[in-house]
Amino acid sequence: MGKTRLIAETGAGQHGVATATAAALFGMECVVFMGKEDTERQALNVYRMRLLGAKVVPVTTGTATLKDAVSEAMREWTNRLDDTHYCLGSVMGPHPFPTIVRDFQAVISKEIKEQMLLKEGRLPDAVIACVGGGSNAIGTFYNFIDDESVRLIGCEAAGRGVDTFETAATIATGRLGIFHGMKSYFCQDKYGQIAPVYSISAGLDYPGVGPEHAYLHDIGRAEYVPVTDDEAVNAFEYLSRTEGIIPAIESAHAVAHAMKLAPTLPKDKIIVITISGRGDKDCAAIARYRGEDLHE
Amino acid sequence: MSNIYKAFQNKKAFIPFITCGDPDLETTLEIVKAAAENGADLIELGIPFSDPTAEGPVIQGANLRALKGGVTTDKIFDLVAEIRKTVTIPMVFMTYANVVYSYGAEEFISKAAALGIDGLILPDIPYEEKDEFKPLCEKYGLDLISMIAPTSENRIAMIAKEAKGFIYLVSSLGVTGTRSEITTDLASIVKLIRESTTVPVGTGFGISTPEQAEKMASVADGAIVGSAIIKLMEKYGRDCPAYVGEYVKSMKSAVVRAEG
Repeated sequence: MGKTRLIAETGAGQHGVATATAAALFGMECVVFMGKEDTERQALNVYRMRLLGAKVVPVTTGTATLKDAVSEAMREWTNRLDDTHYCLGSVMGPHPFPTIVRDFQAVISKEIKEQMLLKEGRLPDAVIACVGGGSNAIGTFYNFIDDESVRLIGCEAAGRGVDTFETAATIATGRLGIFHGMKSYFCQDKYGQIAPVYSISAGLDYPGVGPEHAYLHDIGRAEYVPVTDDEAVNAFEYLSRTEGIIPAIESAHAVAHAMKLAPTLPKDKIIVITISGRGDKDCAAIARYRGEDLHE
Repeated sequence: MSNIYKAFQNKKAFIPFITCGDPDLETTLEIVKAAAENGADLIELGIPFSDPTAEGPVIQGANLRALKGGVTTDKIFDLVAEIRKTVTIPMVFMTYANVVYSYGAEEFISKAAALGIDGLILPDIPYEEKDEFKPLCEKYGLDLISMIAPTSENRIAMIAKEAKGFIYLVSSLGVTGTRSEITTDLASIVKLIRESTTVPVGTGFGISTPEQAEKMASVADGAIVGSAIIKLMEKYGRDCPAYVGEYVKSMKSAVVRAEG
């Protein structure tokens, strides 16, 4: 493509770190747009991006979170196309981004399937992943879409609850709209103004969802459930204590739902949870959530 | 066919953009009247959107101020009815796809047409996705305005061939906002457009001074100005209509000078 510069948006900072890593490896210039609020609650990842040589631009417009970072990356791209590629971080935005990102993420379900057949000799009964824009979730679902015995479950960030305005559960509370180059479900008001959503998790704090998820929801193939901040934090602590795995607060939403689902199923059923990121980046924020004044 | 062609019959056109409801809808009414009285040929009425991705900081600010003030699509329809009691020049709505879509595209477009709106500009709807709105616009007699950018290149002919009303030629890369210099070779883009259509070309993005407007109008059929007007609205608040009127007058003279 002849591009020498990468731009990206990031919420929790995971995609920003990944893009910065690739840019460092290929000797490319890298600029990452990140909501100012997210640069504060995910300070560790901001440092990692800078360490990798990327420039992190804190976005102060709107709610200063992921949605505004996407808008700002799009604005920057219209300004500088010749040498710049926009490396969009989720299965969202205009075609062909949702397809490109899904095809890469599909390695998740490919590996789950291979390992499951190898170890258990059968498919799982359910796969569970968290959904913001929905990239790790579509990756977790993709190779199981035709295997109808496998339940596909996406966990949305309910924030302080789907009956409050402080939520980011798009499929639970949103309706069809057109924004950021895609037609999908969005949290919005009566007049189509995009809602200022909220979640403890910077990576799920987005008012829309990738269009392929909207489709899987509409045809009834995948289920989408809301998980609150409280439930996610409990799961974050539970998995750390019981398994020695500190999950990203995003992925903890999926763990939380598995904790609800598992007791309702017979013991021989198999649930796979995608832990899409590690939780080191979240330790300070979770400590603060629990009233402990920990700063990195 | 809408009335937009009339905007280009009085020499080169000057087209101001105004965000409705900044600082309030009463002032918007006065701004529109002042602009029309001082030579505006067509007015772009911006319906504010929470996340205006094509806008620079100035118009983003206007959008958010208007929304904070409680402006809604329905209140803007009422405003248009009020404007149309005295203002007869063509007017188009400029907003984002979700504002129209969420209202119910047919309800929005039929209402706008009935109120005397002539066209619709949706910067986040590319040519390839226009069927979401274009058939409805045609049904109710609104022109869905096509945009051509410095990067459109081999898409220019395709876009121009189906253009209605006028073509919005984006003068520079990037988002809206005043620029000290516009370096795009607009004359060659206009030449390519002319090979495919006779629809008039208005150029915008970055224009603020009479000199720039004259230069832009010399290669196109008119100049579009937004951010520079919004800055006057921001600076003078409810007293801005007189200042906007004066500004429109100087800009209209400038584009007429381009006629030679």
